[in-house]
Amino acid sequence: MSIVVQVENLQKSYGTKTAVADVSFAVERGEIFGILGRNGAGKTTTVETLAGLRRADAGSLSVLGIDPRKDPQAIRAVLGVQLQEARLPAKITVIEALELFASFYPDPADPEVLIGMLGLTEHRGKQFAKLSGGLKQRLSIALALVGNPQVAVLDELTTGLDPQARRDVWDLVERVRDSGVTIILVTHFMDEAERLCDRLVVIDEGRVVAAGSPKELIRGGSDERTFRMRLPESTADPIDLIESLTDVHTVAIVDDEVEVTGTTHVLPAVILALAEAGVVPDEIRTMTRTLEDVFVDVTGHPAEEELAA
Amino acid sequence: MSATTAVRTTPAAHRMRGLGALIASEFRLFLREAGSVVFALLFPAVLVVGVGYALPGMRDPIEGMGQPWDGHLAIHLYIPIALSLAVATVALSTLPTQIVTARELGVLRRISTTPMRPQGVLIAQVVVNLVTLVAASLLALTVGSLAFGIPAPQNPALAAVAFLLGAAATAGIGLLIGALVRKASAAGGIGMLIYFPMLFFAGMWTPGPLMPDAVAAIARFTPLGALSQALSEAWFTGEFPALQMVVMAAYIAVLYPLAAKLFRWQ
Repeated sequence: MSIVVQVENLQKSYGTKTAVADVSFAVERGEIFGILGRNGAGKTTTVETLAGLRRADAGSLSVLGIDPRKDPQAIRAVLGVQLQEARLPAKITVIEALELFASFYPDPADPEVLIGMLGLTEHRGKQFAKLSGGLKQRLSIALALVGNPQVAVLDELTTGLDPQARRDVWDLVERVRDSGVTIILVTHFMDEAERLCDRLVVIDEGRVVAAGSPKELIRGGSDERTFRMRLPESTADPIDLIESLTDVHTVAIVDDEVEVTGTTHVLPAVILALAEAGVVPDEIRTMTRTLEDVFVDVTGHPAEEELAA
Repeated sequence: MSATTAVRTTPAAHRMRGLGALIASEFRLFLREAGSVVFALLFPAVLVVGVGYALPGMRDPIEGMGQPWDGHLAIHLYIPIALSLAVATVALSTLPTQIVTARELGVLRRISTTPMRPQGVLIAQVVVNLVTLVAASLLALTVGSLAFGIPAPQNPALAAVAFLLGAAATAGIGLLIGALVRKASAAGGIGMLIYFPMLFFAGMWTPGPLMPDAVAAIARFTPLGALSQALSEAWFTGEFPALQMVVMAAYIAVLYPLAAKLFRWQ
């Protein structure tokens, strides 16, 4: 796999406020690479310096071998960008917007092909202001792709979309990746990153605090396993029995269920011990870690905090 | 550090690839705003027709005002005012609103990520407004000459130069509004706040010789007043309105660098 985007020790401050303290990552050709973090963590500043919209204070940047600081104009021709909260004039139609943006590039994609690919065919003559949120985002993705970029940055794609529209947009992003475009996905949604990203970095307070594939991150946190079970009503209190097992770390009653944490062998050990005591649980659920849990581990705060802001 | 094999900066011309398409797009968008089309394109002609037919005595020859006025119809005094109105409408209303809207929507920022430069949007908007202005002015003159026999200017070249200079000077105020104001709604409001005093100094309510001397003396130091007076000279006497021309040039010299310095692209 070849590296198409390389960022090393990026720094960027606005006055006395540090937006990016130290960010490094490398994006491989053909992957969906996630930049995950809360609002204000430095994600957008990072991609804006990549796109040549802002000038980095320090560090090195390379997009397809081009340094955005030395040659921002060359970057713009090869990097497609979907910006958070950039709107279009209210009365421009879908096809007009695509044809207009296509005219800016030396070797543009065919707007009609993009319209078909992004499911905009029946909306091609609709004005921007009359498009639903999901359709606006689809058009926004189409505009990011109209220059035939090798790399596309998609910033906060699904904010404000309903669940069905989000899933539709996710399918589209995968389809775009499958067509050969490397994608840098900026998001504060854990489920979105977990579902879409081949690899990702978690950024918090301007620094990379975790990096890897979603699976690696979820698995890598610890070797602790958790499960919950519901025991038959008649059962005598089994907590002492469970606590006495060496594979068990903690036992607690949560919502009428017994929650047990322990080593990787905690589940068979507990079931075996209960079976020997003649107890068969009515229901057992293993508690899977999600990227959300990883996020809390590495940043120390929940991801959704900023949603209230 | 390894040597980069970057494609070097493309020539300046390539940065404006698609400018034609951008101008065409701005035109389409402008024409879809029925309100601004009527306001910017038709209002000056409507003013000439309305004043000419609705106000009593407007179609009577002027007497006793002295030269160069005697013998003209009263409505002829409205030629410089109608043209000043055309300038004020695009320069103080349409143009700044378009600029601020493009920034407020994030269009300028969005365009910045493409090979097109955001300056291209400004160029397209200026072109659209200039074409609209010329069309609105020619329409007002054509309607006026058909309805009321509006004469050709004594000095057409001077009229044309004064018109462009005055349009550029007034647009300087519009550009300054476009540079400073964040919200499109506020830009429209501020534009209107300047629009009516400007029309007053252009002679909207006291055309030609009816403007009191004291007011005229102040008016010639405003961009639209200077334009109206310069057009009046070009039309009726053919004499060179030196002070007014200098005033308009001075506005351009001050307002454009100021607007450029204060302008924010996002």
